[in-house]
Amino acid sequence: MPADVIASEAKQSLSGNGSAMNHDSYTDAYLRAILREVKVIAMVGASPHWNRPSFFAMKYLQGKGFRVIPVNPQAAGDTILGERVYADLADVPDPIDMVDIFRRSDAVGPIVEEAIRKHAKVVWMQIGVRNDEAAARAEAAGLRVVMNRCPKIEFSRLCGELAWSGVNTGIISSKRRKI
Amino acid sequence: MAETPRSSPYGFETLAVHAGASPDPATGARATPIYQTTAYVFDDVEHAASLFNLQSYGYIYSRLANPTVSVLEERLASLEGGRGAVCCATGHAAQMLAFFAFMEPGDHFVASRKLYGGSITQFGRSFKKFGWDCSFVDPDDPENFRRALTPRSKAIFVESLANPGGVITDLEAIAAVAHEAGLLFIVDNTLATPYLCRPFAWGADLVVHSTTKFLCGHGNAMGGAVIDSGTFDWAQNDKFKSLTAPEPAYHGLRFYETFGDLAFTVQGHAVGLRDLGATMAPLNAFLTITGIETLPLRMERHCANALAVARHLESHPAVAWVSYAGLESSPYRALAKKYMPLGAGSVFTFGLKGGYAAGVKLVEGVELFSHLANIGDTRSLIIHPASTTHRQLTEEQQIAAGAGPDVVRLSIGIESAADIIADLDQGLAASG
Repeated sequence: MPADVIASEAKQSLSGNGSAMNHDSYTDAYLRAILREVKVIAMVGASPHWNRPSFFAMKYLQGKGFRVIPVNPQAAGDTILGERVYADLADVPDPIDMVDIFRRSDAVGPIVEEAIRKHAKVVWMQIGVRNDEAAARAEAAGLRVVMNRCPKIEFSRLCGELAWSGVNTGIISSKRRKI
Repeated sequence: MAETPRSSPYGFETLAVHAGASPDPATGARATPIYQTTAYVFDDVEHAASLFNLQSYGYIYSRLANPTVSVLEERLASLEGGRGAVCCATGHAAQMLAFFAFMEPGDHFVASRKLYGGSITQFGRSFKKFGWDCSFVDPDDPENFRRALTPRSKAIFVESLANPGGVITDLEAIAAVAHEAGLLFIVDNTLATPYLCRPFAWGADLVVHSTTKFLCGHGNAMGGAVIDSGTFDWAQNDKFKSLTAPEPAYHGLRFYETFGDLAFTVQGHAVGLRDLGATMAPLNAFLTITGIETLPLRMERHCANALAVARHLESHPAVAWVSYAGLESSPYRALAKKYMPLGAGSVFTFGLKGGYAAGVKLVEGVELFSHLANIGDTRSLIIHPASTTHRQLTEEQQIAAGAGPDVVRLSIGIESAADIIADLDQGLAASG
């Protein structure tokens, strides 16, 4: 990778204060650092139905070693993929590293406020979800933010699995990847 | 070169060698291994279920995906600056796969009438059996596409550099017509290759290729590909339900909602290749991957040789006209400078003063040129379209497609330019 790209990636991966964060494109290093550090994800809008996108993402992320705690008032008290569902983010008793939001962009504000209260380190908004105002508040509170992306797709892209589906991962490397 | 939606920080030549082809994770093999296998074991029933439900990434059966073919898919997606690609058995299969993704019986699309003759037959005759209707228009006036649209129109299809040669399509203007109507703009980029032209930079939504031609480049492997820009909004109207509505065969999954900008690529494998079955062979993928490594070098030589040959023919007494967009005399010169600044390709046509009979004599009289129905080989190729590739068309259609009785098509190879020219000279002497 060219030196200037590495330098700019390193800069972006360190920026958590939102001053110069570009939410139209994220560097691989920024996303990689988030996915490496995060262990526990609260998934707001997690569906109990197996053919919904959130279920796909939850199942995949569990398979990669993340703990995913579903939040969905309609399914509160039920179990999704072995995890108890909470009605509200505030109800989740465990510490959370990241809040993954499967909700409409205009519903994101209060979820981000709760993510800040719960000392989450990352707020992640799914494909099609973007709320720059909420993102700015999260970043002002020291959280890192990703918008309009899917952690399942980004994880699989960065680990090479997405290339199995014919997708342009953008990754060029002569190093052997770990299986 | 204009910017594509997914420009890489790396140069084209680097991507041509490396994109998609990191060392094999299992063995460390540096060249891409040929995974000559039909199927792949499941870890357990749950793993199998996840794969069949499209919830995990992995290989199931080589009709859907194969590790060698996947490398080529990523390489092509990368070179075109797109999101993903679906490779398949041939260029014709690629066209079938592209339209199959969204066409329903009774639907319609508009295509340039300056296309490879086989595409005109595929669209005009075989697609009719699926209830897919195609109107052909002269691409030189982009307004012709608008005039041919119907309420059931779903796409516009053109070739960037049109076969049998010399014609450059005004991609940006035609993309505007398609997008104003909420339609998909599909560009066949076979003759130009992404080295010369990046249709996604000019508004294409899908690019199709016959990889058999310059991409593979050595005349030794069949293949096709559909590459998705990832930028088309499938939900902007109700025309693209197979990507936006629940898919019964996957228990009501909606491809666009679930996979976002990967929707076309995932659906192309999971539905297109699953049900059409026109899979690319792993060996062909390997040969094409190897060919692409030298694509930039070969295209430079192809274009330089083609320009030298075209200039020579233009002054030859037996030749009535030469249609090559690299010549200053070409009406397409301005479009060539805009869309293909590095060269106008190496496939073009010229007309013989002696007509049909002279054309037949020339293709039979050459020694170095191979008389065959292909293009984009290291070897120089020659054909008389009216008696071969465009034979199934009426004479009116032949002339409209630029393949009238007097027309000879060349695909200039990477041999010594002087030898190519000398062979044509002796063939032309014998034909006169």
